[in-house]
Amino acid sequence: MNPNDVAGQAGPKILSARFGRKDGHRLPVYEQEGGYTALRKVLGGMQPDEVTALVKESGLRGRGGAGFPTGTKWGFVPKGAEQVYFFVNADESEPGTFKDRFLLDYDPHQTIEGTIISCFAVRANLGFIYIRGEFGWLIDRVQKAVDECYAAGYLGKNILGSGYDLEMIVHKGAGAYICGEETGLINSVEGRKGQPSIKPPFPAVSGFLKKPTIVNNVESVASVPWIINNGAAAYRAYGTEKSPGSKLFSVSGPVKRPGVYEIPLGMPFRTFFEDILGGMADGEELKAVIVGGSSVPVLPADEIMACNLDYESLGSAGTMLGSGGMIVIPKRCDMVELIQVLMHFYWDESCGQCTPCREGTGWLHRLVKKLRRGEGTAEDLERLEHVCAGMAGLTICPLSDAAVMPMRSFLDKFRGEFEALIQDQAPVAASSRWPRGERE
Amino acid sequence: MTQPMEDTAGFALSPGALARIDALAARYPTKASALMPCLWVIMDELGWVPPSAIDLLVEKLSVTHARVNEVLTFYTMFRETPQAKYTLQVCHNISCHIMGSKPLIAHMEQKLGIKLGGRTSDGLFQIEGAECLGACGMGPCLQLGRHLYENVTPARADALLDSLRKGIVPRADTDREGVD
Repeated sequence: MNPNDVAGQAGPKILSARFGRKDGHRLPVYEQEGGYTALRKVLGGMQPDEVTALVKESGLRGRGGAGFPTGTKWGFVPKGAEQVYFFVNADESEPGTFKDRFLLDYDPHQTIEGTIISCFAVRANLGFIYIRGEFGWLIDRVQKAVDECYAAGYLGKNILGSGYDLEMIVHKGAGAYICGEETGLINSVEGRKGQPSIKPPFPAVSGFLKKPTIVNNVESVASVPWIINNGAAAYRAYGTEKSPGSKLFSVSGPVKRPGVYEIPLGMPFRTFFEDILGGMADGEELKAVIVGGSSVPVLPADEIMACNLDYESLGSAGTMLGSGGMIVIPKRCDMVELIQVLMHFYWDESCGQCTPCREGTGWLHRLVKKLRRGEGTAEDLERLEHVCAGMAGLTICPLSDAAVMPMRSFLDKFRGEFEALIQDQAPVAASSRWPRGERE
Repeated sequence: MTQPMEDTAGFALSPGALARIDALAARYPTKASALMPCLWVIMDELGWVPPSAIDLLVEKLSVTHARVNEVLTFYTMFRETPQAKYTLQVCHNISCHIMGSKPLIAHMEQKLGIKLGGRTSDGLFQIEGAECLGACGMGPCLQLGRHLYENVTPARADALLDSLRKGIVPRADTDREGVD
């Protein structure tokens, strides 16, 4: 791995203290630097509800993309439930996102300690770490770390003499973006196709094997030990009122220093871009940024330059913080070609159970391809919008919306590039407008 | 089953693999929930999942053929046919695309004389386009089984192919030399 990927860290080191360290994934190193003291503190006298309350108080929001408060999610597990399951979602597959890979690669014990504490908080006795199948080397590394924990007494029966029992299974995915959706992930571990289920019931009430189940992103769980050790107020000292703490951003594209960075939420994009990323690589010019993974709306350079990197600021600019997978697009890129790449992805990854998504993603992909072949008409631009309207918010899971958000924003913000591909510029007669049941 | 399992096509699972399948069936909360890891045991050993292995899982995990088949076909990493010796997957998603995966793929297609998705006639290489492999900041990236190569230039791809032709899998960028 390129040392640049992890150099130039700025701000808090809640998550990234061991990034770039050759031996940071080993238990003795983690213990030497205060590892598993949070677990000792929790098992040495805290009640599960106290842990949940502390995480609630910290304001930690789910780092997988949706930003739902982690402690609140834990609180949804029904009181007195006999069997509860906990899943760490490491099915990191959102294009542009590679932060969880860094967390598990350089510091698997931090996530494992966070997982044990989280399991205790929701009273789970079996936890899964679901890692995407493509991360073969990473799965081996995490499995080794889990084995170290069993040997050291951090997992298994009667952990640290507390009477608390916990088993942990590292589960390997097999190549399906949709398994990053929590119900798809649960179905996958049940030994099924990873197709999402209708909510409600929410997994916290009825999930894996119909028992209460919590699914949290790696980064959320990895933040927990620090919060236990340092308290909610210390965590809230970073970030903003509504977006407390730090966040990992994984940056790709032709900037001077791509990589994974931990920054306090609320940092101005301009500061991050210019001071930390070093601006664009030589000979490149900034055109646009997809700030939170490929599923969030794109912002042209001038709009992103006015944003702060937190949930609220990006929300009011019409995009989302998402996973923090920041894709920097240079001037030389053809936006219609890029949206074709993305539409191919969503079409390929649609699980196929909801008609609007299964058919809609195919329509979008075919229409964009048609435009790029030079066969598009003005009506096709209308048709793109019409198909989007038939997909958004009409399916079991958000994959359909995840395709619509980039499609609509590319069309909206870079319409000129789409129009330039249309040969026939004549206005469309109302009578010949979509829909007419016509197929390409 | 203690005897190695013979397939009509001559594929056999070792006693070790069969033992791992039994252990997984016991470790997961239900036998059916061990289906994916059991398919991985078969993939790791044979490189694909032959029909006889499906029969074995039906028996071991008390699930239907339909269930095994739907899982086998839903996930792209499980394969129902034998694969080339080296399957090279080049990420063609947005970040790698921006950083040059398109010319990289074109170069490899030309070098191997096959199109994306194709296989060389000697059965040695197969190239596939892959969706995001989680190495976006180090693109373009290329994956060979559990080995991930980052910042892959056409020259680096050539060196990789030359090495593989000699039967040597070069060290991946994700291997931590001297520590793992």
